[in-house]
Amino acid sequence: MNAMLYALCLLLFMIGLYCAVVKKNMVKIVLGIVVMEYAVNLFLIMLGYRVGGTAPILGAADADGVDRVVADHFLATAVDPLPQALVLTAIVISLGSLALMISICIRTYEKYGTFDITEIRRLRG
Amino acid sequence: MNVPLPVFVAAPLVAAFVLPAFGARLKSAGTFLANVVVLALLGLSVLLLGQTQVYEVGGWSVPLGINLVLDGFSALMLVAVAVVSTAAMLFSIRYMEQYTAKTKYLSLFLLMVAGMNGVVLSGDVFNLYVFLEIASIASYALVGFGCDHEELEASFKYMVLGSIASVFILFGVALVYGNTGSLNMAYIARAIQEAGMNSGLALALSLFVAGFGLKAALVPFHAWLPDAHPSAPAPISAMLSGVLIKALGVYALSRLIFNVFGVSVPIAWVLIALGVLSMVIGVFLAVGQWDFKRLLAYHSISQMGYVVLGLGIGALILARDGNRMWASLAILGGLFHLANHAVFKSLLFLTSGSVEMATGTRQLKQMGGLVERMPLTRAASAVASASIAGVPPFNGFWSKLILVIAAVQARLFVIAAVTVLVSLVTLLSFLKVQRYVFLGELPDNLRGARESKGSMLLAMGFLAVLCLAMSLLVLLPGLRETVLQPAVDVLLAGVGYSVTLVKL
Repeated sequence: MNAMLYALCLLLFMIGLYCAVVKKNMVKIVLGIVVMEYAVNLFLIMLGYRVGGTAPILGAADADGVDRVVADHFLATAVDPLPQALVLTAIVISLGSLALMISICIRTYEKYGTFDITEIRRLRG
Repeated sequence: MNVPLPVFVAAPLVAAFVLPAFGARLKSAGTFLANVVVLALLGLSVLLLGQTQVYEVGGWSVPLGINLVLDGFSALMLVAVAVVSTAAMLFSIRYMEQYTAKTKYLSLFLLMVAGMNGVVLSGDVFNLYVFLEIASIASYALVGFGCDHEELEASFKYMVLGSIASVFILFGVALVYGNTGSLNMAYIARAIQEAGMNSGLALALSLFVAGFGLKAALVPFHAWLPDAHPSAPAPISAMLSGVLIKALGVYALSRLIFNVFGVSVPIAWVLIALGVLSMVIGVFLAVGQWDFKRLLAYHSISQMGYVVLGLGIGALILARDGNRMWASLAILGGLFHLANHAVFKSLLFLTSGSVEMATGTRQLKQMGGLVERMPLTRAASAVASASIAGVPPFNGFWSKLILVIAAVQARLFVIAAVTVLVSLVTLLSFLKVQRYVFLGELPDNLRGARESKGSMLLAMGFLAVLCLAMSLLVLLPGLRETVLQPAVDVLLAGVGYSVTLVKL
């Protein structure tokens, strides 16, 4: 089950990479990159996921008298909070770069009148 | 002296967000503020040379919190970033008057500096990724700053490849976290030491090589660089070629390979192969170029090859348990060439900007005889060309000499010969630049070309003096011990180093 989820995650990553590398339309290339980013975010979330897990929050009642039993129960059921924090950061960063990519696409369309990268070739390789 | 490390990130970051509020009316005040910030960072970074410090952000100790780590290697990179950004900022004062929205430019510039300083100081892999993205996004915007056809196209190309590289790096970070349960470099290094490599970590390492290789524009990941670097305004080209590809690419890659994953024979050969390929292919692509800045951009690829080759030879000797003295020499050559390249390549880009401003063209065939009109720019360009081509007594000669000696000591005779050959081709290529730009007959339409003034000359003069003075970094043992040797020792210590740093 778990291995299949990771495989699907890798597949999503590959689909994004394929789209970013092969497609000729600038907007599709941008979308390919976004799909890759989502695949990695999904992978990060799955690293901390635990079937039937609880939120990684110690309640006030627990915190007052944290004894061995409560602590062990918490460690046994809580999901890993760190990947969630990482994913939030990664989403904000990808939002920033996505905004810039889309605005460059719009400015390029204004100049060239097309999104097709085979027609946008003033620079020699 | 104790300088709080977060200043290197916080000061440019705060200034970057304050500057847009100044707007067009307070443009000169904004320019002044930006210059003060980069100059202050230069002063502070020189004070930190050779020191070792660990700063715990928010007072949280290491396994829980984030730390900023300064060691010899980071300190060397901080100084390189500060030197090039000071020169580029000085140059921008006059040069950027031809563009609109100068305060936005300054703001993006400082954002890029903050990102690079963050990458260099970061002690954990996720923050390294965050700062890398800050610097990268600022650089994408700066490449497209002119908003003309070519600039936008180059910026898009750069941004697509840069974003793919960033996703690779994030994927690598996720794999490392999944396999070691930590994001702190020292803890990861210890976990890998104890449990050994597994297939997940090997995939992470290859993702890092591809991701940081793309950021460093090593062949075969170089396709974006010859478009992106020439399209940016000249001071930004100087920053991109001078320090960005080093801080984001070579620094991060060598930090991870040497200090976190540990060197092995296969990865050392990967570095050597990337280095030799970049050196040879970069220089041969450069020879045929007639666009001044594009030619310089191809030479950046070639020169970065030298740096990676030096590190690779060092890694090979270390991985084979060879003589540590020769490993030390190879790494010294690589890092010294890195510092030298930061200085002479940014100087070359600044002179190309000064020529472009005076003549309005970047085509070598449309120029000529500018030595009459621009003698000082010509002198600076000659110094930088001599340095990059490895003419004694300029700094480039010493670093290339060290690299050749190291290659011979590692019994890589063919590579040593290739290194010398590439250096000769570089010399030819720069003789062509001197011949077509500054010598020959002055075309009639360039009779009115004027020498650049004031701060632009100051910036070029500063870097030209450094081109000569940096030779002393290896020739004077005292300077070598405080500037270069601490950086070499960090890489030589390998995985042991980051463990002693956080006292595990």
